[in-house]
Amino acid sequence: MTLALTLFTLIAISLGAIFFLAGTVGLLRFPDTLTRLHALTKADNLGLGLIVLGLLPQVDWPVGGLKLIAVWLVVLLAGATVGQLMAKAARSDAWNGSTDLEPPR
Amino acid sequence: MSAALIVDLGLTLLILGLGVWTVAARSNNGAVVGYIAYGLLVALVWVRLAAVDVALTEAAIGSGLTGLLLLGVATRLPRSARLTRPPTGLGTRLLAGFLSAAVAGGLAAVVLLLPDPAPTLAPSVAANLPATGLGNPVTGVLIAFRAIDTLLESVVLVFAIIGVWSLAPKDGWGERPGWLRPAPLGSALTLLAQLLPPIGILVGIHLFWTGATAPGGAFQGGAVLAAMWVLAMIAGLARPPAVSRRWLRLMLVAGPALFLTVGIAGIWLAGAFLAYPVAYAKPLILVIEAALTLSIAAALGLLLAGPPEHPSAAERQP
Repeated sequence: MTLALTLFTLIAISLGAIFFLAGTVGLLRFPDTLTRLHALTKADNLGLGLIVLGLLPQVDWPVGGLKLIAVWLVVLLAGATVGQLMAKAARSDAWNGSTDLEPPR
Repeated sequence: MSAALIVDLGLTLLILGLGVWTVAARSNNGAVVGYIAYGLLVALVWVRLAAVDVALTEAAIGSGLTGLLLLGVATRLPRSARLTRPPTGLGTRLLAGFLSAAVAGGLAAVVLLLPDPAPTLAPSVAANLPATGLGNPVTGVLIAFRAIDTLLESVVLVFAIIGVWSLAPKDGWGERPGWLRPAPLGSALTLLAQLLPPIGILVGIHLFWTGATAPGGAFQGGAVLAAMWVLAMIAGLARPPAVSRRWLRLMLVAGPALFLTVGIAGIWLAGAFLAYPVAYAKPLILVIEAALTLSIAAALGLLLAGPPEHPSAAERQP
């Protein structure tokens, strides 16, 4: 039973790490802000979810496990909100007054 | 080479690289964002060094609060000052670089030349900790053994607020702080500012309360509470209070004032300034920490809210 749980942890965390890697590759390779945000938020939410899922059998219940789930939920909330705000900032001209431009060469 | 060593080495290289990137960044905003990420990485290093208290403070105040302050300054600079033309000659910059390198080299030499084992007061802290009734040695050092440092730090925060408020324009004195321009209602930020504060306030109080026995304390708890207040102000759900409000000023000085009062009372009750009578050490420390948490939260929130402005200043500025 312990072996099966350890195996589950290893697989879930590895999958999560792959999602993080995919998100990072997307952040570096995608052409514009909106697609980069898409790669970052989706992959990170899933990646962190899988890592939390993998860690659940390894922590003491109920306090440790509930803390991990709470961390994941708060990151979901923060990630989704920041993604929305950044997308809005990238699309609207109203924020141009506060963007920092590169100096002309 | 163990896995932990590889992770530490990678973390160190990442921090050094990010430091160089931050110094070399061509725009102020870019440099500030680099600095925020740098602070979060440094917090990870503190965790690796098993100094979780310092890691929490670094993440909350070093990276989060200072980063936000710098970001506010970077966007507030007039456009002409934002262009990173070198303002000084090559000689001055070389001299500055040389002096910075000398300071870094000196620090490295001091750390490397420490005798082995390094001199430490940790055993005497561990031996005397039971007298305070605390379980967390960091809180013991902050509130009991080196209480004078913490007292002065909490007073410095009040001075910082006075400094920010003294930047008020002539017609702004006594009005509400004006740096946080609220976002339009109905955006994603509104939802976040409605959902997160109940959780954040709980976490802030928990950090203060658990500081007696585990990593946490007044500064970390206060920083989280201040973050929740600032979130509500940025989202437009709460307005910053006018700086002439008496309750606000009482809140700002409550922590340092109570700390100082208990410290002076200690001269008669326990035989020394800032000493606690042993029988009441734990409850006194908790009361002081609670008042400090409140004052720190108020001070940090007001630091970000900026100097007071006349209500019409919002229309005059873009």
